[in-house]
Amino acid sequence: MNRTTRNTLRVILLILVASLVIGPLLASFFGGFKSNAELRTNPLWLPGNWDPANYAAILFDGNFWRYLGNSFFISSMTMLLTLVVGAAAAYVFAQIRFFGSKMILSYLLLGLMFPFAAAILPLFIKVRDLGLLDSYWAVVLPQTAFGLSLAILLFKAFFDQLPRELFEAAYVDGCSYLRFFWSFTLPLSTPILATVGVFVFVQSWNNFLLPLVVLNDRSLYTWPLGMMQFQGEYLTQWNMILAFVTLTIAPAVIFFLAAQKYIVAGLTGGSVKG
Amino acid sequence: MTIMTRSAVHKRSTTDRIRKNVVSGRLSAVLILLPPALILFSLFVILPLVDAAYYSGFSWNGYGSPSDFVGTENYRRLLDHSVFHTALWNTAKLILVSLLVQMPLALGLALLVYRRTPTNTLFRLVFFLPYILAEVAAGLIWSFVFDGDYGITAMMFQALGEDSVYVLSDHQWAFPAIMTVIVWKYFGFHMMIYIAALQGVPNDLVEAARLEGARPRQIAWFVQIPMIKHALVVSGFFAIIGSLQIFDIIIPMTNGGPSNSTHTIVTYLYSFGLSRLNIGFGSAAAVVLFVLAIAIAFFYQRNTTREGQA
Repeated sequence: MNRTTRNTLRVILLILVASLVIGPLLASFFGGFKSNAELRTNPLWLPGNWDPANYAAILFDGNFWRYLGNSFFISSMTMLLTLVVGAAAAYVFAQIRFFGSKMILSYLLLGLMFPFAAAILPLFIKVRDLGLLDSYWAVVLPQTAFGLSLAILLFKAFFDQLPRELFEAAYVDGCSYLRFFWSFTLPLSTPILATVGVFVFVQSWNNFLLPLVVLNDRSLYTWPLGMMQFQGEYLTQWNMILAFVTLTIAPAVIFFLAAQKYIVAGLTGGSVKG
Repeated sequence: MTIMTRSAVHKRSTTDRIRKNVVSGRLSAVLILLPPALILFSLFVILPLVDAAYYSGFSWNGYGSPSDFVGTENYRRLLDHSVFHTALWNTAKLILVSLLVQMPLALGLALLVYRRTPTNTLFRLVFFLPYILAEVAAGLIWSFVFDGDYGITAMMFQALGEDSVYVLSDHQWAFPAIMTVIVWKYFGFHMMIYIAALQGVPNDLVEAARLEGARPRQIAWFVQIPMIKHALVVSGFFAIIGSLQIFDIIIPMTNGGPSNSTHTIVTYLYSFGLSRLNIGFGSAAAVVLFVLAIAIAFFYQRNTTREGQA
């Protein structure tokens, strides 16, 4: 086989795999424009008539925006809290040695090995006993707690590489540990903050199990819960369901294409560096 | 002499004061920065795991405090439950498919697109796309694909002149369909790990092998794959731990059906523990999941590090 044939075969193979990957997503996008009757005879290809009625119906329904808003608020809060709390703890481990610091670090890293789901039942009880059921915090606080281990691991590795001389110089000039953290460490760490932030945000945005367990009030539903609710109401009206799914994954896809550099680094970075 | 002593005393007290300031500065930094992480982590991660072990000894519906101590009864019932056996076996199948189908597929594709060219970047993005989608959304899209009346598989069966198969309500096909979706959803993640590793392999090695007359397949097998062993080990670990936790995809696709044949450990724990408020029984399942995860992590690490030394 010469080089050109090999390359042609390679590209054909890649296009084949790519169409298997994209096919269902495109079918979903097209399906949202079709009537249910058309969907029955033509589930895959372009719609005969690009009728935006299904999409419009969902976009004009307040619930859709409420779900997205709830998800956005919960994901943003989770991200902020994980970044602040995680970076603060990692800063202590990177900067200050004290008796027992290594043990405390190992303790906080235990979360890397635990499957989240193993804790879901007692977590439900705990959240209920704290009186947090049906509140944003019921999702934000446990999500933050479960994200901390990876965040601390990545932050500490990054902080360890920051030049030590900088701290010594600042310290001689009377800068305290806390001020140094706020005015030097955090601003110098934007790449890792972005990486971890994106990871935490996407995880929270897509989370299903925890909100399912701790949120009953429909007005607090995140979008995955709202989507399951919607599916329950429309059952076999696949055109509506596909329109809904397409509209909810569209922000994710756009976000991904816009910030792919950070997203790929964020979602695989933990494994490559860890 | 008295003057000298006085100045020495003065000097020491200054260094003492500085040291004291340093220590108190450190102390306050530790006391302000560390507790939030410790409290959150203990309260929402460690304590629930300890609670799970405790609750698993009781028959408890979650209200009041657990009082009906039943010893190991929950574990016995769990291990006798045929649906739990199915759930364990399904979880094992997910691990096998991830390791034996998904990882080789991801590696093959990584070898095809790891070089930095515009077309490769495009393919990489496309392959990674499913990974960023929510599991529930992916599950719903694929429920449509497999739908017996409307779906794409139905269209294919019709084109072949066969009767349509309701894939997701068919005992034989439901779980293979779920496994297909899981490979579709996660192979891009593993591919990205391999690509990052492949780009780190020194180009001289690959060039040298090529000049020696090695064919691409031989270069991949004898040079590149051995060089990225670490990435393979890491991605294998992620594949296993990820398989143990599959939940979101199953719920929209089959919800554990038909007749409980597609449960995994986590959907089992949810359906038979939480939905029916058998907190004690569900906690026993959680403890089994936890022990499995730890055992696998331990076993895996031991074996892969030993292999690395050889």
